[in-house]
This record gives sequence, structure tokens and C-alpha cells, in this order.
Amino acid sequence: MRPSGCCSGTGPEELIRDVIVPALGAAAAGGVLQDAAVVALPASAALRSGAVVISTDSFVVSPLVFPGGDIGSLAVHGTVNDLAMRGAVPIALTAALVIEEGMPIETLRAIVTSMGVAAAACGVTIVAGDTKVVGRGAADQMFVTTAGVGCLLDGAQIGADRVQARDAVLLSGPIGLHGTTVLSVREGLGFESAITSDSQPLHRLVAEMVAAGGADVHALRDPTRGGLASALNEIAAASRVAVLLDESALPVPAEVAAACDLFGLDPLHVANEGCLVAFVAPRSVAKVLAAMRSVAAGTAAGQVGTVTAGPAGRVAMTTMVGVSRVVDMLVGEALPRIC
Amino acid sequence: MCLGVPGRVLAIDDEGGLPMAQVDFGGIRRDVCLVYLPETQVGSYVIVHVGFAITEVDEAEAQRTLEVLRTMDSDALAAELGEPAPGSGVATTPSPGLP
Amino acid sequence: MKYLAEYRDPVLARRLVHEVCATATQRWSIMEVCGGQTHTLVRQGIDEVLPVRMIHGPGCPVCVTSLEVLDRALAIAARPEVTFVSYGDMLRVPGSSTDLLALKARGADIRIVYSPVDAVRLAAANPDRQVVFFAVGFETTAPANAMALLEAVRRGLENFSMLASHVLVPPAMTAVLEAPDCQVQGFLAAGHVCAVMGWAQYEPIAAKYAVPIVVTGFEPLDLLEGILMTVRQLEQGRAEVENQYARAVRRDGNRPAQLALERVFEVTDRTWRGIGAIPASGLRLADEFAAYDAELRFDVGDIVAAENPLCIAGEVLQGTKNPTDCAAYGRICTPRSPLGAPMVSSEGTCAAFHRAGRTA
Repeated sequence: MRPSGCCSGTGPEELIRDVIVPALGAAAAGGVLQDAAVVALPASAALRSGAVVISTDSFVVSPLVFPGGDIGSLAVHGTVNDLAMRGAVPIALTAALVIEEGMPIETLRAIVTSMGVAAAACGVTIVAGDTKVVGRGAADQMFVTTAGVGCLLDGAQIGADRVQARDAVLLSGPIGLHGTTVLSVREGLGFESAITSDSQPLHRLVAEMVAAGGADVHALRDPTRGGLASALNEIAAASRVAVLLDESALPVPAEVAAACDLFGLDPLHVANEGCLVAFVAPRSVAKVLAAMRSVAAGTAAGQVGTVTAGPAGRVAMTTMVGVSRVVDMLVGEALPRIC
Repeated sequence: MCLGVPGRVLAIDDEGGLPMAQVDFGGIRRDVCLVYLPETQVGSYVIVHVGFAITEVDEAEAQRTLEVLRTMDSDALAAELGEPAPGSGVATTPSPGLP
Repeated sequence: MKYLAEYRDPVLARRLVHEVCATATQRWSIMEVCGGQTHTLVRQGIDEVLPVRMIHGPGCPVCVTSLEVLDRALAIAARPEVTFVSYGDMLRVPGSSTDLLALKARGADIRIVYSPVDAVRLAAANPDRQVVFFAVGFETTAPANAMALLEAVRRGLENFSMLASHVLVPPAMTAVLEAPDCQVQGFLAAGHVCAVMGWAQYEPIAAKYAVPIVVTGFEPLDLLEGILMTVRQLEQGRAEVENQYARAVRRDGNRPAQLALERVFEVTDRTWRGIGAIPASGLRLADEFAAYDAELRFDVGDIVAAENPLCIAGEVLQGTKNPTDCAAYGRICTPRSPLGAPMVSSEGTCAAFHRAGRTA
């Protein structure tokens, strides 16, 4: 390691050997991080044999560290959730790090440690990886790209295009926490609060839901960038259905609502990292909700809307004066406003 | 005009000659410049626009506005709309279609 | 939040709607000036359930910032020695050829702040940068912008300068009333503008043009009550200034804030984007502060501003056309690719319509 304690262009091998692998701890399979790994897929009656689920994602959050997490834990949870939203049990992850020259080694060590802790808690291993150091300005401190591999739960038939008329729209927990938390530590816009990011893995929640509802769980999505509104619009378009939300049923924590009021943001457009929205056939709603509420990540689960008759792809919400208004996708970035 | 939200003054301080307050907005806190409301006391509510307190909330007027609305022909309207007056102790009907 | 949530009560909202319906004997046309009020009306669909025609006025200071000022801002922001500081609303407003967000993506040092105090802090923390603050807004925002300038002067921050382009509400209302095809019969005055300025300056307007003017807040119950008060006046043939937003507005307004405006700014003629020149409708930096005027500090040459010919923003802002009357609306002009300012800011009438899913 360089004595200055900063990442530099020479010696990514040293970084891997001296910082990254030790920091990953138990989550680094076999103790040696390679470019590729052989993964043994578990055999189990609960898993559909021969169906491998694979996902990929990039993480560029700034600042790197925020209340409730950091880019490392975010990357692990986000990848696990990508797999879970397809009805898969996560098995293994890879992680490619692009590090800006000059980033303090201690920051890197803390983030990778966080990845290791998160992965271990999820029951997954980080089996392969890559590290590159780029010149100053070529990356915003650090970017993380992951791939995830999982096995499909037997009985899961989940897809964005599988939603049916009269399906119930269920939400696993409060919305708006992650985006509001990142805003609270952003330069020029910061504020103090007790809110923390909701970043958490949802694969155990999904397993319970599929066990309870089977093929009646039609679609799942974790509403990250663009918020709940964007996720609903995407699914409604893919399935060519209309969705009607009940505004009074949306679980918006008081601090999220306050921050949105202060900056002129819409909670429906704020990013989440620890909740999911599910489209479930009416006959299984009670069972699935009970299953969700039995798991830590779903104690606050509830129904927030229904699939109704209406123009394909339209998401609407009934306003307080009884008018149905359209809930659109987020365009661009949600910027705070003065008017 | 524009985005102004009410918040409660928690503490008053001075940032290099500028009077500043720590204001609570329903659980989130931010510092707010009090230069245009020099008489503000801790505990009062102010309307904040771009980090400046522009007016104090007249709590008596706030209550009066709500009272006027609540007693607005409430019995006649309630009978017509099938809704009980607020505070009457009767729960309003929940939205249809939800468990 | 206290003093906010109570004014969002759905039961009281429906009662107010009922009361307006019971009071109006004809379809009156009422203009709300402020973009924040437009936002609530459209978002809650209030204008769809009332027996009045709500005409959305030019109340979005972002939308009406002149194209020439915006192009000047873009030219200054592009300079390598400049840290350009702005409110979030302005980032996506299209100039003649680009916008601040696109410039930022190409490497310009552009920062968003919530409060102008943060612009001053940035200048203090970065003495080697030229920090330029884009000071836009109505009378509500101008006092805060004024204080930023006074602070910078007091602290001797010579690297701080301000590009100021404020607009005033009363001249805009007068311009609307003077237009030959004006259909506005009553106004909801902007509540927070009046919190600063009071409402005395609206009394001569109400008298001269015989229009009721009701100072109104921003929550659903505020707007509904303000509309009800306006309708009652119209039904009774009255034309007075009334105050719905009594919890926040007094007749004299906020005197210290007004004094700051008088000290730091001077009234000037101003071009409203899409509308044209309105005399004595804007504020510019007073001559005393010329040394901090970004317009004078940075010579960006002649600005040749060119609006997109398809954009009918002016007519939309004056309320003589709806966004749905525009040939480009929803087709080549969308929130993702706006041609004019009202499609950018979520208060802008065109964006509000588009988000609500209203089609031609």
C-alpha cells in the first residue's frame, strides 16, 4: 500500500490483496478474489432446477456514505433485490470497483467491509471481482458494478407483463426514505433529521410471499430511482393495464412528507431501497399480506391500490376532491424548487 | 408566493452577525435566517421560504380559519353528503375496495 | 406538519367544493397568479370539479425569466473561473440553445442551493472562484436574495456577484387586465408575495378594474376558500381586496423585508418571457451595488436570444390559450424535451397539464 493512504494508479493488485479481500471477510468465497468463479447451485425442492437467474447493476450514489448505509451495502442489497424481484434466491455476487485516484484507503476499506457484512447477512458470497483505479475526475470517488446469480423459487411465475385485471397492488413498507436520506446529506440542501435509508435485502420477504401465494404473485418491483410512481408506470405499461392508487393508503413517514414539502418534491418520485410493490391476484391477497407481515421487512405491508379498467399503462390516483389524476413517471432528476 | 412551509422555532443563534434559528418542520430540522423577523421567539411558528422566515403564523387566525370551515353549514351539508361533522366522534367511512 | 396538514382535510375540501357549487350562479373566470397555487389546483384536480373557470396566470418566476437573461446566465456559467449557483427550478429551463443542466453535464461548475445564504457560504469557502448567484423570483424571494448580497458586501466577499432578475406581481396583474381579450373577472393573489408586501397595492387595482382580489394560501383548503370568497364577491357585485390567508398575511406585510428590497433593488422595466415588456415590473440591482452585479462584471458580449417559433408560452401564461391548444404540446414539447419554460417547471402550466395527463 502506498504510504500516503490514497488509492493510486499503480498497484490495484496490492489494493485487492491488502485491502479488499481482508475487508470482505467471510463473504469473499475461498478467501481469494478471482476474475471468475465456479459456483455450485444448491439442489432443493424449493428451487426450480435448471433455472438460473442473473442480474447486473451499477451503483454511483453520492455521497458514498449516508445514514443507514453506504455504496457497498447499497450494492449488495440492490443486487440481491434485483434477483429477488424475479422470484430468485440469491446465491453469489460479483463486484467490480472503479476507484478514483486519491480516494482515501480508509474509505475504501470501510465500504468493502460494509459489503462483506451485508453479503454475509444475506447469506451470499462475493465470488469474483475486479478493481480499477482511474485518474482524478474520471469517477466520482467510486463506482460499483455487480452481477448477481440466483436460483428461481419453485412456484414463482413473476414478470412485469403478468399483471391481470383486478390484481391488488401491495406495498411492503414506507416509501421515500432512501431518497430523502441522501438529500439530507447533500451539499447545499442538507437538513438534520432522524431518517435513515431503508436499504435492506428483500429476498426472504419474497420467499415468504411466493410460498404463500405461488403463481398468484404476478409482478414484483423494488421502486428505486424514480420512486413508486415510475415502477408502477413501467409495470402498467408492460402488462397493458390501468392502476388506481388510494392516496390515503400510501405509507409516507412524517419526515419524508416534511422534507418533500420543504423542497417541493413528490414522495411518489423519491427513490426507495428497501421496499417492494407487488401485484397479486385477489384470492391470494390475504395470505400474501399475512406472509409479508410475518417477516421483518414487511411488518408494515398493506394494499395501496388495484388494477382497474382504464387506458393501458395509465396509473391514476383519486384526489381528495374525488377526481382521478394521473401519476406520471419521473422525468429527469427530481430537483428542489422555490415555486 | 411559492414554496413556503411552516416550522417551529427551536433555538435562536447568531451566525457572524446574522440572526439564525433552528427550525423544526415536522421532524426535520434546518437552520433558517431570522433577519426579517427579529422579534421571533422560541416556540413560535414561522413560514419559511428559501431558508428565510418571511412571516410568523398567527395561531389564533389559523384556528379561526379552520373553525369557519368546520362549522360551514355542517349539519345541512353532513345530511346531504352523508358525512358526520369532524369531532363528532363518528368514524368516517374508509375508502372502498381495501381490506 | 402542523399548520399544513389541517388544510389538506378531504372532508372539509369536499364541503368547500359543495359550497362553491351552491353559491355560483354562473361560470365565473378567476385567475390564480402564483405557480404554487396552480400546482395544487392541478395536482388535486380542483379546477375540474368547480363550476368556475380557473385561468392559470403568469405566476411562475422561473417560466417568465426572459430568454435574454437566461442566455446571459448560460454564458456566464460556461466560464471556467465561475461557480454558478442557482435554485433548482432554473436548471432545466431551455435557453436559445442549451440549459444549465446540460451545461453542468458538460463540466460547468453549476451548483444547486435551497437558500441564497448557501451561495454566500460557497463564496466564502472558495475565494479563488468567482461565485455567481442567479437571483430570480417574485417579491417573496427577492428579500432573501437581497440579504445574500448585503451579507457578501458586509463580509467583503469580492468574488461574489449576483445576476438579478426579479419580477413583480401587481404590474403583471395590471397587464393581464389591460389586455384587449382579458376574460379574468377575479383574482387569487399570491399568498407569500403578500406575506412580504402586504395587500395595500392591490386595492387600487381592485377599484380601477372592478375585480375582486382575494389573498390566498397554497393548500387545498386555502385555494377552495379563496375561490369561494371570490365567487361570493362576484355574485354580490363587490370588488374588494380580502384576505383568506389570514394566518400568514397582514395588510402591511413584512416591513424589514420591504426595506431590504428598497435598499438593494430598483424597480425597472422587465421583459416577461412569452409576454413581452411590462413597464416597471421588475427589480434590478441598485447602482450602489454595481460592483457586485454579474451582468457588469462578466462581459459576455451581445446576447441574441431566439425563441422556438412553435412555442405559445405567452398566450398560455396570459391565460388566453390552454396548453392543449398548442400544436407542439405533448408531441415535440414534453417535460423531457421542453420547448418553452412553462413545460419545465412543475408549476408551469404546460407541465402541470402534462403531468395530470390532460390531452388535446
